[in-house]
Amino acid sequence: MTSPLFETIGLTKAYPGVVANDDVSFAIRPGEIHALLGENGAGKSTLVKTIYGLVKPDAGEMLFKGTVYAPSEPRAARAAGVAMVFQHFSLFEALSVAENIALGMENPPKPRDLAARITEVSAQYGLPLDPDRLVGDLSAGERQRVEIIRCLLQDPKLLIMDEPTSVLTPQEVEILFHTLRKLRDEGTAILYISHKLDEIRALCDEATILRLGKVVATCTPREVSAAEMAELMVGKSLSRPARDAGAPGEVLLHVGGLSVTPASPFGTPLRHIGFEVRAGEVLGIGGVAGNGQDELLAALSGETRVPPRTILLSDTPVGAMGPNKRRALGLLCAPEERLGHAAAPDMTLTENAVLTARVRQQLDRHGFVDWGSTRDYAAKIIERFDVRTPGTEVAARALSGGNLQKFVIGREVLQNPKVLVVNQPTWGVDASAAAAIRQALLDLATGGAAVIVISQDLDELLEISDRFCALNEGRLSAPRPARGLSMEEVGLMLGGAHDMHEAQPEAAE
Amino acid sequence: MIRLEKRPTPSRAWNIGAPILAVVLTMIAGGVMFALLGQDPVEAIRVIFWDPLFHERFAAFSRPQLLVKAGPLILIAIGLALGFRAGIWNIGAEGQYIMGALFGAAFGLALYPSESPLIFPAMVIAGALGGWAWAMIPAILKTRFRTNEILVSLLLVYVAEAILASAATGWLRNPEGMGFPGSRDLARHPGTDNPEVIAGTGMHWGVITAFIAVIAAYVLLNRHVLGYQIKLAGQAPRAARFAGVNPGRLVILCLGISGVLAGMAGLFEVSGPAGQITIDFNVGYGFTAIIVAFLGRLHPIGILLAGLLMALTYIGGELAQLMLGVPASAIQAFQGMLLFFLLALDVLANYRIKRAREVVA
Repeated sequence: MTSPLFETIGLTKAYPGVVANDDVSFAIRPGEIHALLGENGAGKSTLVKTIYGLVKPDAGEMLFKGTVYAPSEPRAARAAGVAMVFQHFSLFEALSVAENIALGMENPPKPRDLAARITEVSAQYGLPLDPDRLVGDLSAGERQRVEIIRCLLQDPKLLIMDEPTSVLTPQEVEILFHTLRKLRDEGTAILYISHKLDEIRALCDEATILRLGKVVATCTPREVSAAEMAELMVGKSLSRPARDAGAPGEVLLHVGGLSVTPASPFGTPLRHIGFEVRAGEVLGIGGVAGNGQDELLAALSGETRVPPRTILLSDTPVGAMGPNKRRALGLLCAPEERLGHAAAPDMTLTENAVLTARVRQQLDRHGFVDWGSTRDYAAKIIERFDVRTPGTEVAARALSGGNLQKFVIGREVLQNPKVLVVNQPTWGVDASAAAAIRQALLDLATGGAAVIVISQDLDELLEISDRFCALNEGRLSAPRPARGLSMEEVGLMLGGAHDMHEAQPEAAE
Repeated sequence: MIRLEKRPTPSRAWNIGAPILAVVLTMIAGGVMFALLGQDPVEAIRVIFWDPLFHERFAAFSRPQLLVKAGPLILIAIGLALGFRAGIWNIGAEGQYIMGALFGAAFGLALYPSESPLIFPAMVIAGALGGWAWAMIPAILKTRFRTNEILVSLLLVYVAEAILASAATGWLRNPEGMGFPGSRDLARHPGTDNPEVIAGTGMHWGVITAFIAVIAAYVLLNRHVLGYQIKLAGQAPRAARFAGVNPGRLVILCLGISGVLAGMAGLFEVSGPAGQITIDFNVGYGFTAIIVAFLGRLHPIGILLAGLLMALTYIGGELAQLMLGVPASAIQAFQGMLLFFLLALDVLANYRIKRAREVVA
C-alpha cells in the first residue's frame, strides 16, 4: 500500500438550502484510477470544483502529497499539479489546436516548439491530433483530445475527468481508455467521474459513491456488479423500463430527401435524410454530438423551414410550417439544450409551461394568456413527472438539470403528441430520473404515438428503440431492428472511430 | 474580500429596493458634491426634491410642470422598454419624436386656418405615422439586411434634426412671422392646439396618453401572448424561436410601437408645451427616455415612477440654479449619479454580496 497522493478530510460545503458536500473524505493513491459516482445533485461537481480551486469549502481540508492543499483558484491547482478535463469544452472553434492549447497555458512556448510538443505528446499517448487544424473542423472526440493534451502538457500528478465518454463513439472510448491506462502506469492518479457503470467497472481501480452530498460507500468496481453500484448510488433498486411490444401501426411521420445547409459555419449540413416512423414505434437515432443532431431537431420542430413535402405528418406536408402550426397538428419536440432552448432560464415553470403548450392545451384566450390554467398545467407536469421543485413559481434555472429535464419532457408528453422528437432526453440526468423519462417515452409509444429519440447514449437507445439508425456527418443510415444489434455493429453504423487507423499502430508501440 | 454570488432566483425585494436605495445614495453623494461647491447640502437637496412640489411660492408653477415634463418621457420610455425587453435597441426615439412632431404639425398647418375639432385627432394620427415611418427604416434594414438597429436608429436622429432645421427655417416657417424661424403657433390656434384637459394641472392629452400607455403596456406584458413573446425573445432568443416567435416580426412590431409612441409624444409636445416647430423645440426627451426606461427597470409602473422622478430632478435642478446659483453642470452631474447608482445596484437583484472568509484550515 503506497501512501495517498491526494486526500480530502471532512470536506463540507453548504449552499443556501442544500448541503452539497457533507463531511466528504476519500483518498487517491498515485497510479490509481478512482471513480467518483453519484446521481445528479449528489455533490460530485461541487467536490471536483473544490479540488480544482473553483469552490472554497466551508470546513474540512485537503492533503496533496502529504501537505495541506487549499487552492484559491484553478491556476493554483494547476501549479500544484492538478489538471481537469471538463464535460463542456472551452475551445474556440475559429482557432487552431495549437492556438487553443496556448491560450490555456500560463507561459506558452513559441508556437513552433508548442506544435512539436503537441505532436510528441499526442504520439506518446496514442491520441492523434494535428496541431494546425481548426478546432471547428474537429469531431467531439478530437476536441476532447485537445483538452486532454492541454492538461498533459502541464505534466499533472492528478487528472480529473468529468464524464469524458458522453461524447465518444465506442471505438473512441477504447482509445481514451488506452490513454488513461498508460497515464496510470506512469504514476498519474486519475479521478474519473461518470455514471456509466460498465465503463467504471472496465477502467477504475477504486470507486467512491456519493449520495446527497455524503460518501455512502467505497468499493472496488471489478468486484461488484453494476446493479449493486447503481443501488448504492440511488439508494433503492432500479426498475428497467419495459412495455408490451405491439404491432406497429400506420406511418405517422415520413421524412424524405431532407437536406439543410447550416446557418453557422460550424454547423453540420443535413444530407438527404429519409426515414419513417409508425404509430406505436420508437425510432432511435444514435451518433456523436455535432453530427447534425441539432440541425435535424430544428428541421423537425419547425425552427428551420424546409420544402413542404420533405416532412409529411400523417400525409400532411408540414415542412414549411412554423413550430406552432406543427404543434397544432401533433408534432412536438424537446431539444437537447434545456436552459435557453427548451426553457427560458429566468422564467418561472408556469411561464415555461406556456412556451410550447399554449396551442394544444389552449392556454390562451383571444391572445391573452390564461395564467390560471397555465399554472394548473405546470402543476400537473410537476406532479405526474415527480419534478422536485418548491412550486410552479420558481425560475427554471433554479432546478437541477435532471428535474428540469423531467419538466421539459413532461410538458411535451402530457400534450398527447402524435409524434414526439426528443434530443438527448437523459443527458446529464441521474439514473432514477433517466429511467422515469425512458418509461414515459415507452408509455407514449404504447399509447399509439410515434417517438423519435436522438441520443448519444447507445445503451439507452438499444434499450428503448424498436429500430435504430445512426447519424454521421449529416447522413442517416438505414434503420435496423434494434433487438440483437451488438455494440460492434452499432459502432460500425456510427462510421467507426475517428482516426482509428492512425491510433492503432501507435497504441501498439 | 467581497465576492458576488449569483442568486438562484432574482430577488423581488431588491428589484424594488435597488431604485430606492439608489435615490438615497444619490442624495448623499450629491449632497457631498453640493457641499464641496460651497452650498448647504441639505438645503440643495430640499430645493431639488421638495420645493418643486411643496414650496409656497414655486409649487403652483412647478407642480403642473412635473406632468408636462414627465408625460413625453413616460410615453417614449414605455415604447422603448417593450423593445429593450425583447433585445431590440431603439436608440433613435429622439428622431422619431421629431418626425412625429413634423408630420403632425405639417398636417395641421396644411389645413390652416380651419378650426375643425377633427383636426387635432387627425394630427395625432399623423404624428404617430411619422414616428412609425421613421422607426420602420431601422426595422426594415435590420430584418432585410441585418444592419444594426442601434447605429441606424441613432444616426437617423441627426437626419431628423436636419429635416427639422429645414422645416423651421423653410417649408414650415410662419409666413406672418416677420422672417423669424419657426412655424405658426399651433398651441394658440383653436383646432391645432393641445390644451390642458384640467386647467392648472399640466394634464394635457399627451399626459393622458402616457397614462393609457402605461396601463396598456402593463396588460400587454403580463397577460398577452405578445408580451410573453417579447420577454421570451429578450431572455432566451433560441427558446423564443422554438416557441414559434418570428424574430423579424417582433423587430417590426417593437420598433413600430416605440416609433408610434415617440411620434405621438412629439406631436403632443409641439402642439402644447412647445407650441410651435422651432429649430430646437426638441430638448432631448427621446434620449432621456432611455434613462427613464432603465431607471424604471423596463417595467411600466417603474417607468411611470421613474418618469416623474426624472421630471422632478429637471424642475428641481432648474429651481436650484435659480435660487442657489448652482451651475447647470452640477445638476447634470447629479442626474448622472442617479443613473450610476441605479445601474450599480442593479447587480444586487441577481447577485448577492458575500464576504469571502479565509480558507478554513
